[in-house]
Amino acid sequence: MQPEAFFLRRRVQSAIFFAAILGLTYGSILLTQFDVIQGLQAVPRAFAWGIVNFVPDERAWTRLPRILEKLQETVLMAIASSSVASVFGLGLALLGANTTRPHPWFSLPARMLASIFRNIDVSVWALILLFSFGQSGFTGFFALFFVTLGFITRVMVETIDEVSTDSVEALRATGASYGAIISQSVIPACLPQLISWVLYMIETNIRSATLVGILTGTGIGFLFDLYFKNFNYGAASLVVLATVVAVLLIEAVSNAIRRTIL
Amino acid sequence: MEATIPSRRIQVRPRNRANIVIQVTLLTLTVLTLYGLVTIDARNVEFFAAFGDMLANFRVVLFEARLKNLSWFDLFRELMVTVGLGLLTTVFGAVPAFFFALFAAQNLAPRRVTDAVKAVMAFVRAVPTVLWVLFFAVTVGLGAAAAVIGMTFHSISYLVKAYAETFEELDEGALEALRASGANWWQTVFQAVVPSSASAILSWTFVRFEINFSVAIAMGATAGAGGIGYDMFMASSFYLDLRELGIFTYAVLIFAILLEWGATRLKETVGATR
Repeated sequence: MQPEAFFLRRRVQSAIFFAAILGLTYGSILLTQFDVIQGLQAVPRAFAWGIVNFVPDERAWTRLPRILEKLQETVLMAIASSSVASVFGLGLALLGANTTRPHPWFSLPARMLASIFRNIDVSVWALILLFSFGQSGFTGFFALFFVTLGFITRVMVETIDEVSTDSVEALRATGASYGAIISQSVIPACLPQLISWVLYMIETNIRSATLVGILTGTGIGFLFDLYFKNFNYGAASLVVLATVVAVLLIEAVSNAIRRTIL
Repeated sequence: MEATIPSRRIQVRPRNRANIVIQVTLLTLTVLTLYGLVTIDARNVEFFAAFGDMLANFRVVLFEARLKNLSWFDLFRELMVTVGLGLLTTVFGAVPAFFFALFAAQNLAPRRVTDAVKAVMAFVRAVPTVLWVLFFAVTVGLGAAAAVIGMTFHSISYLVKAYAETFEELDEGALEALRASGANWWQTVFQAVVPSSASAILSWTFVRFEINFSVAIAMGATAGAGGIGYDMFMASSFYLDLRELGIFTYAVLIFAILLEWGATRLKETVGATR
């Protein structure tokens, strides 16, 4: 192909691509009835308002113990649901991975189940689970649990096939039992990756737990909603601040752990 | 003479730093998980009865789903509103994120600038999206406007990180060659950075679209952003209609699976062209 023709074709392709994106964006603006001008003007206004009003005042600091208590509840829920889901996720991944599945028939159902679990959003899980667990901590726990289970299964299926195909073959040749292969070769080889993903899910789930908390009336999300609806913006801003500190702290610890084990 | 039978087991796993950290991490997670489960806020919910109830409810959602308050056309329109929210916030996020990312990549900007941009973005990212949306709702009121701005903020911070990491993986030689031939900074960006990272940028942006679609559902449910999320919230908390919620669940599930499939395909082509 002539270079001119090549560049012309590429230019036409990108022009079509950007035109399509512009068209879709315009369609979305109409559909969602989003006022672009008003939206753009709102950003500086919101920050101007926030600098004056959305800062923790003295009264807010007196609520710090309660905020920290609820934050702890949310962080613990994120950790518990992520950890429990990872154990089950590893089990499902062992059934689904090509290297470790007990029978080829296990693979597809395990992967499909995982796909359904992770593709239903955590808020949707919460809305469904509200019917059985009501406004209790279990609703949030299971909502996070199902999404995490689906996600961990997917990434662990890939990891198992990547990391342990050769060693499994070697062990099989020596006549090792299925249980021995899994516990002595597959799990030790995948453990660093699994921990890395669990830490990632904990980070994600703290944010998701805040959201679910607003729906189910639990944890730090509930507290934010409460202060926010009572126009107690000082306390609400302290909730945001505490959440940010917690998320950044956990991110830092996770990164430090990841650097050593991977 | 006594036979030299090894009295100790052979050490299979070395006691290095990595293994100690793995064990400590596992132990810590186990303790925190148990503590979290014991102290969970049960609010008089009978766990095993509720668990059985949950399984029964799953069966209803799966097999007895039907529409009641909405028509099929309404359902489609509401789904498209949610998709629109996701698309809008991804596009609005991607454009500023591209420029911020240029100042966050260590091979394109001085260290002091990249550190500052990265710190601000880490802060923006640490705030859950719903809190951003509610923050903006104070000035513009609950609705699509607050949702779009709030979701755009979080998208920017996520994409800046993803784009900057892509830029940092660029071949230093290409940048060097352009700089040596006298290209200015913008020329380097548009002749070297953009062409070689375009497919990765596209892939990350699509991943963010996938995320923003589910965030849009959540914002409909919690922050009055409209779309199918709002209908789901109404079905769950107002009409207590599990069967209609089931149809909505099917709709978002099918769309999410399509998006995930698209993202995987896009990632594969990016991997192939690298």
